[in-house]
Amino acid sequence: MEKSEMPGPAAEPKFRIKDLDLFYGDFQALKKVDMDIPSGEITAFIGPSGCGKSTFLKTLNRMNDLVDGARAEGTVLLDGRDIFHDIDVISLRQRVGMVFQQPNPFPMSIYDNIAYGPRIHGIKKRSKLDAIVEESLRKAAIWDEVKDRLKKSALGVSGGQQQRICIARALAVEPDVILMDEPTSALDPISTLKIEDLAIELKKKYSILIVTHNMQQASRISDRTAFFLLGEVVEYGRTKEIFNNPKNKKTEEYITGRFG
Amino acid sequence: MPTRQVYLEELAKLKSDVIKMGSLLEDSLGEVIAALENLDAAKAEKIILEDDRIDEMERLIEDECINLIAKQQPVATDLRQVASVMRIISDIERMADHCSDISEFIIRISGENLPLPEHIREMVSDVTEMVSLVIESYVREDTAKADMVLKEDDTVDRYSQDIEEELFIAMKHNPDKIRPYTDYIMIINHLERVADHCTNIAQWVHFIVTGELAI
Repeated sequence: MEKSEMPGPAAEPKFRIKDLDLFYGDFQALKKVDMDIPSGEITAFIGPSGCGKSTFLKTLNRMNDLVDGARAEGTVLLDGRDIFHDIDVISLRQRVGMVFQQPNPFPMSIYDNIAYGPRIHGIKKRSKLDAIVEESLRKAAIWDEVKDRLKKSALGVSGGQQQRICIARALAVEPDVILMDEPTSALDPISTLKIEDLAIELKKKYSILIVTHNMQQASRISDRTAFFLLGEVVEYGRTKEIFNNPKNKKTEEYITGRFG
Repeated sequence: MPTRQVYLEELAKLKSDVIKMGSLLEDSLGEVIAALENLDAAKAEKIILEDDRIDEMERLIEDECINLIAKQQPVATDLRQVASVMRIISDIERMADHCSDISEFIIRISGENLPLPEHIREMVSDVTEMVSLVIESYVREDTAKADMVLKEDDTVDRYSQDIEEELFIAMKHNPDKIRPYTDYIMIINHLERVADHCTNIAQWVHFIVTGELAI
């Protein structure tokens, strides 16, 4: 297993993961994961189905807490603080937002979707909420398309637009990190490319972690790539290296499509 | 059955086409040796005509490479293979051009009464061996053989300088033979360029295997 690399001499990694094991009951889904994830970059996780990459992603904002029998051992530090012991889970999920494969806007207006998070966090003033909604939708590159229909249901727009609304919803609570679990698998090619362009724009201010089955997507947009296999990180490095000259034979076999 | 069967077959065909092109070049070089030996103008004419076949192969293989990239999105070693092939076929094509150019000079010299100097025969032999070795290094992805080619180039460079010196001296003693001696010098320069192209290919073999160019 490849050891992870420090992003640079002075930069503190956004996430520092050490010896992470994750169990669903008796089944070990993650084995001794060691990784430093830098801030302000897009880190992609690739690997075959069932390799643990989505499980890993969901560990980072403790979504796995909601799964019966899920148990994590080891350390995950966010900006140096232990996410299992030193950070309140609500606060963690505000800082580490998530977007899923199937766009899942709430069954309410576009405005209320974006305002939902801030309202839960106690913001009631209308003007403040208006400003947050507009800023979030602008950051998600969808303001111009929906500004005249904010009171209409979020379910009434296309899949690609719904996904950008979900990204805006995550951005509304001012996270540091956005986790994306196959965010474009259900979308057409044009919507996919729009989301990819958005991710590249967002990395200027946020750290983006993306699980993807689409290797061309990983190579197009990510700065670093980790290859998971059977719960382990086989190789982790700069995307250019992984796709030009991977060190591990298994990585080479996976990315060139040689199975069997 | 392994996945991406069609892709694997296309990669294999690409390699086999490069080997065919290399084979044509080796044949041409063999003919150059024979033509030089007897200053055979007819053989030399044939070599010049054969050059078209090699040019055509370069175009075909280049097309194959571009299609592979567009359709199959190769990465890692596969991508290095395809990218290197595009450079290697260019080197092979240039070497074939040099064979053609040498043949032009053979036709000119064939009218004069000036047999092939011994050291040029040896140099042709060395360069022909370099070509065989580098093609083998590509076929077997053998960096050790590629390194041997890189070393041999230094020998060929030194050798060509020595032979040029000899020919200049010969010119002084036989001023009525200056033209054919000059043509022999041009032949040596072309042979030396063939050796340089071999080193280019050796570099690409290194790149395919290791991801880095040889130092």
